[in-house]
Amino acid sequence: MRPDTGRVAMTGNEPGALAMKQVRPDVVAGYPITPQTELMQQFAQYVADGESETELILVESEHSAMSAVIGASATGVRAMTATSANGLALMWEMLYIAAGYRLPISTMLVSRSLGGPINIHCDHSDAMGMRDTGWIMLFAETAQEAYDNGIMATRIAEHDQVRLPVMTVQDGFITSHTTQVLSILTDEQVSEFVGIYRPKKSLSNFDQPMTYGAIVLPDFYMDVKRQQAEAMDNSPRFVEQVADEYAELTGRRHEALESYRLDDAQVALVVLGSAAGTAKDAIDIMRERAIAVGLLKVRMFRPFPRVEVAEALSRTRAICVLDRSLAMGAPMGPLAADVAASLVTGRRAPPLYNAVYGLGGRDITIADFEGVIEEAAEVAQTGAPKATVRYVGLRGNEE
Amino acid sequence: MAIKLRELTQTPELIAGGHRACAGCLGVNAVRQVLHAVDRPVVTTSATGCLEVTTTIYPYTAWQTPFIHSAFENVAATASGIERALKVLGDEGAIPRKVKTIAFAGDGGTYDIGLQALSGALERGHDFLYVCYNNEAYMNTGIQRSGATPYGASTTTSPAGRRSLGKTQRPKNMTDIVVAHSVPYVAQASPHSWRDLATKVKKAMDKEGPAFINILAPCHRGWRYPMEEGINISKMAVDTCVWPLFEVDEGEWNLSYRPRRKPDVADWLKRQRRFDHLFKNGGGPVLDTIQDTVDEDWAKLLERCGEPPKTD
Ligand SMILES: Cc1ncc(C[n+]2csc(CCOP(=O)(O)OP(=O)(O)O)c2C)c(N)n1
Ligand code: SF4
Ligand SMILES: [Mg+2]
Repeated sequence: MRPDTGRVAMTGNEPGALAMKQVRPDVVAGYPITPQTELMQQFAQYVADGESETELILVESEHSAMSAVIGASATGVRAMTATSANGLALMWEMLYIAAGYRLPISTMLVSRSLGGPINIHCDHSDAMGMRDTGWIMLFAETAQEAYDNGIMATRIAEHDQVRLPVMTVQDGFITSHTTQVLSILTDEQVSEFVGIYRPKKSLSNFDQPMTYGAIVLPDFYMDVKRQQAEAMDNSPRFVEQVADEYAELTGRRHEALESYRLDDAQVALVVLGSAAGTAKDAIDIMRERAIAVGLLKVRMFRPFPRVEVAEALSRTRAICVLDRSLAMGAPMGPLAADVAASLVTGRRAPPLYNAVYGLGGRDITIADFEGVIEEAAEVAQTGAPKATVRYVGLRGNEE
Repeated sequence: MAIKLRELTQTPELIAGGHRACAGCLGVNAVRQVLHAVDRPVVTTSATGCLEVTTTIYPYTAWQTPFIHSAFENVAATASGIERALKVLGDEGAIPRKVKTIAFAGDGGTYDIGLQALSGALERGHDFLYVCYNNEAYMNTGIQRSGATPYGASTTTSPAGRRSLGKTQRPKNMTDIVVAHSVPYVAQASPHSWRDLATKVKKAMDKEGPAFINILAPCHRGWRYPMEEGINISKMAVDTCVWPLFEVDEGEWNLSYRPRRKPDVADWLKRQRRFDHLFKNGGGPVLDTIQDTVDEDWAKLLERCGEPPKTD
């Protein structure tokens, strides 16, 4: 039986809030920032209406939001928060600490540029700033995925063999503020799926008082961090397990990577988040024009599925990795750098270059993608990209 | 009923010996005294600082209570999360309802970088006790000036020098700032006055909502007095009225102690080498200002507490 209880039309923030309600966190900390604000407002309404029993702490900053959920999680309850951009930047110090303490906190990021100049629209500069902090990171293309990730994140984070924080990312405005049709579960289905979180070891175990956050000096620090890295490296198989169970429940299976018309592709695009949808449409058009192009959509950005990425791309003749953020002064954008590194350690490394698009909410259209694909197809012929980093959709001519 | 020393000695030692604080450290001593006065299970948390680094060197811990340290500026926010989580667990019967959260932080973690988180937690009304052990500088990082450092004190970032007489600003009145949040209980205490300290902790623990105790915690490394002198130094700080003992209980100001004779502040300053330079060339006006400020603050406090004005 596939109990798809409801097809509903919602903006991305609404299923975010709904997932947050349905996983029944014991403690949520909230602080407003566009474009995430609406999600927390909706959640506060659930609490105000008695639909959620969560203890909602309306903190005075995002640094305190993450600190409060760290305190709550260490005390042995399910704790969550949500944010965007500068809010995530303000949490940055605490992101490392949440992960280092192996706290199963899940957080929803509604992606937005980090400025300056200030800009409230989507790009992934906020998410990329946290990529090395030790969180599992799941990106959503659609409101449906944002909802599904929001539910799976709790199970993944709290899995005995994982115990790592999970960040689920949806694109600000593009996903969070546009109406899409999606399937949702009932509260009971979700609550059965995620279960109850009451760990034996926590600050509320008075028989075995434990210290969290000791100072660890050079004699032990490196070993502690190595163990944490191991937990991260081992997590994909448990992420997959949770995805299997979720597929069982919903009929929707979310893999770490999604391939679109990639099997016979000579040209590959690689992308994160909502742009994947536009890319797919453009690929269909270009396939009609006999260009063998396909897409690799990265859903799980951390841990980066490097073996599978290399596997999926090694037979192509040109790869264009699209980044919705800049890594100033770095050889390439963050996604491109990861794909390149994955290929280097793989079997074969086809020519690869980086295309930067969509900064601060600049639209990327099907026509833009057609241009990207045409250029990539040329690279497949010549074997030589025009530049390591290209910009898509600049005002005027790039050259 | 007055607390008896014998009773306190019967309570469990919640900060185990063997921690790495300096011999004679009154910060860790103050925390130990607080925990001796606690009569129920507690979850403790601390900001980064001397207390945290000296009590939790991995793989050891001196804490016999559940304890978490996460960062420097956020202990009140961490405590907020703990307190709400304890409420959830208390409501479902998993733990006793009377479990309380205690947050500890130094003056840096309270007056300066942690002020925002503290203010937020006080405003939200979490049921917790916040204890500032005030050693009047950033000791853990090597005695830098803080918002609590006294006017004229030499620290490593406000050093006395050919053109400097130490810190040029007076300390902020943190206890007043907390009082302005209209929380149920606010007090100042000192480690030499153990009965007063323990009484205040017990009162604070019995409140529902935020309670704040600011404890003067002399540090011989930073204040530069002989290691064994700490208790005398704290007593003199109280007798000179540099650090008066009082409480604000449900908005009512009560003076806890009135010295029979109020010695000159200079007598206290003289015993600490951080003020050495004030007794050499040109320190006179600074000494006068310090004395005047103490006198003014003391007169104001007497008035607030409904005490007769100074007699001597
Ligand atoms: C965000 C941040 N800034 C700076 C520091 C460095 N730091 C650690 S402890 C400390 C001073 C602590 O001073 P205080 O709170 O007065 O406690 P004490 O060490 O004096 O007991 C500083 C500056 C830090 N850990 N985190
Ligand atoms: S430096 Fe001062 S505050 Fe720090 S442990 Fe030593 S005596 Fe205590
Ligand atoms: Mg200090």
